[in-house]
Amino acid sequence: MGFFEAIWDVLSTETAYTAATRFAAVLVFAAVGEWVAERSGTLNISIEAMILTGAFAGAMGYHWTENALVGILMGMIAGLIVSLVQAQMSHRLTADQFVVGLTLNILFLGVTSFLYAEWKPSSKVVSKLEIPVLKEIPLIGEAFFGQPWPFLFLYLLVPFTWWLVYRTRWGLEVRAVGENPQAADVSGIDVNKRRRQSIYYAGLCSGMGGAYLLLGQVGRFDDGIVAGRGFIALVAVIFGGWTLRGTILGCLLFGSVLSFRLTLPGLGYQLNSELMSSLPFLVTIIAMTAFARRVRPPGSLARPFVRGLK
Amino acid sequence: MSSMRRRSEIVFLYACSTFVALLLSAIIVEAVGANWTDVWNSLLDGSLRKPGRWGKTLGSAVPMAMVAVGTIISTKVGLINIGQEGQMLVGAAFAAYVGAHAPGSGPIVICLVIIGGFVGGAFWSGLAGALRYWRNVPEVLTTLLLVTVAANLVGYALKNTWLLLDPDAAFGNRALVSKQLDPDSRLPRVEIFGNNFSLSVILALLIIVLTTWVLSQTVIGFKLNVVGENRRVGQRFGISEVKQGLMAMCASGGFAGLAGAMMLASGDFAKYRLVTGFTVNLGWTGLLVALVAREKVMAIIPVALIFAGLRTGSSFLAATGVERRVTDVVQGLLVLALLVPPAILFIRDRRRALAQVESRT
Repeated sequence: MGFFEAIWDVLSTETAYTAATRFAAVLVFAAVGEWVAERSGTLNISIEAMILTGAFAGAMGYHWTENALVGILMGMIAGLIVSLVQAQMSHRLTADQFVVGLTLNILFLGVTSFLYAEWKPSSKVVSKLEIPVLKEIPLIGEAFFGQPWPFLFLYLLVPFTWWLVYRTRWGLEVRAVGENPQAADVSGIDVNKRRRQSIYYAGLCSGMGGAYLLLGQVGRFDDGIVAGRGFIALVAVIFGGWTLRGTILGCLLFGSVLSFRLTLPGLGYQLNSELMSSLPFLVTIIAMTAFARRVRPPGSLARPFVRGLK
Repeated sequence: MSSMRRRSEIVFLYACSTFVALLLSAIIVEAVGANWTDVWNSLLDGSLRKPGRWGKTLGSAVPMAMVAVGTIISTKVGLINIGQEGQMLVGAAFAAYVGAHAPGSGPIVICLVIIGGFVGGAFWSGLAGALRYWRNVPEVLTTLLLVTVAANLVGYALKNTWLLLDPDAAFGNRALVSKQLDPDSRLPRVEIFGNNFSLSVILALLIIVLTTWVLSQTVIGFKLNVVGENRRVGQRFGISEVKQGLMAMCASGGFAGLAGAMMLASGDFAKYRLVTGFTVNLGWTGLLVALVAREKVMAIIPVALIFAGLRTGSSFLAATGVERRVTDVVQGLLVLALLVPPAILFIRDRRRALAQVESRT
């Protein structure tokens, strides 16, 4: 069977793993933040805008200082700015969160492409950092320990987020607010404040993801650079059943599907290019169809909270 | 509170937020070293004043308005369809296929093309609707993800002669275009004062009026409204949520598809052919029009005209030295600003109501 041979070929090639984690990394950055936002009850679709603005700010930061760390910091700040607008509009003014998110996606697409045309930042991919011993692990060594150096932030970000959500008072309140805002409100938690804060966290993470996408993967800014990755990250959270472990698994899955377009032709498989570029989205839809019923979302996901209104 | 005072409050809030949005846009323009009055003048030239321009503006207002009508229908039942860009493209593809293969002549083919567009769009949004009610998949995400799939699907169709690719064009210059609509199966064009526009403008006006009537005066509209406001009430009265939801979803995508078919048959875009990237972001802009118009179908007309004006005006911006993408920023800021007043009014009404309750106890 050609199909199973192809799968075996992919599974036994080192470059396939490397490409998969490269694509998955951006998704993980964004999805970790999105996960916190969704646990607090916001289905945050402006994540696409956060990644895009993060990528643009990353390019500007690199352009001005030639320093990737500054780029990443600027990316985080840019993501935070988008999340500020989203949070204030949807959880202070009670505008519909999808409407705000969608508007922000379109607005910041306009802003970044306009500013790019005006300022034309130049940037390039940063150097790789290879960890001596771990890199020698067969198949997955390079995938996890031979990536551009900002990749290492993931090893801090993921455990930190886990600690933040499951081991701190703030995290408990965030989960309570997403599960049952009325009860949380009665016990003295400022529901919309927690929701706003969790969106800020999503903004920081996605902005970092955007800067990573630019400085660690693509190198040059372009307004189509994000290409739906934000939405895929969002679905990865749903796919993972709103657990951190599941979300990261989802990112790895979608990351490898995204990487097929690069790896499969390299292994000598000629596939229909339209099919390859819609495959991540098809897999995403199929995954949602299969899993949307099995997992239990946070009790009040995507429902705004206004005191006294159910 | 008197209705007079309330109305002036609303007008004041809208005026303020529009002003802030325009002020921010002016600041952005000045920041890149241009003059905002120049920009304003060239936008007006490009959308209204120069000969033949307002016809063009009308031409791009039509698809936006149709997309917005569809969006309002789906929001009525509480569904959020944000994949109009893809539904439009699939509608246009169906329309192009029908136009190339339908037998008969003239008016019959035009009708078939338009109906084909509606069916195509309805099919694409119906997929998302079906997944919503069958497996509880959030329609916000499926409609959005299906946009890319639609673009790739139509891209594939445009590479194959058995689907859409025009055999003559394929052998000639290898361009990926569909067969051009026959001259007698195009929507006729009208010429007034040196501006010409196609009959789709009138068709769109009719549809807007008809939709307003259906939504506000008929049982169909009432049922949609009941389900959207409170589905429990709907259940009690035997109104099926699934049926209404699917219907609204299909209508919503159908109107987007109709917009695509009208673009194809009216000739304002790509000369009666389907090309790659045919929808030129009009689906997204139409969605923004609906967001600004909120629940009011009639409000679509002015908003669509303003956004279409920004679009056609932007092609005259080169002379001022400002990138044409600045109009996207202006548009986004306007939409964002116009989301604020309803939210503020909602909060104030609630505070007042709460204060009244407290003073009574």
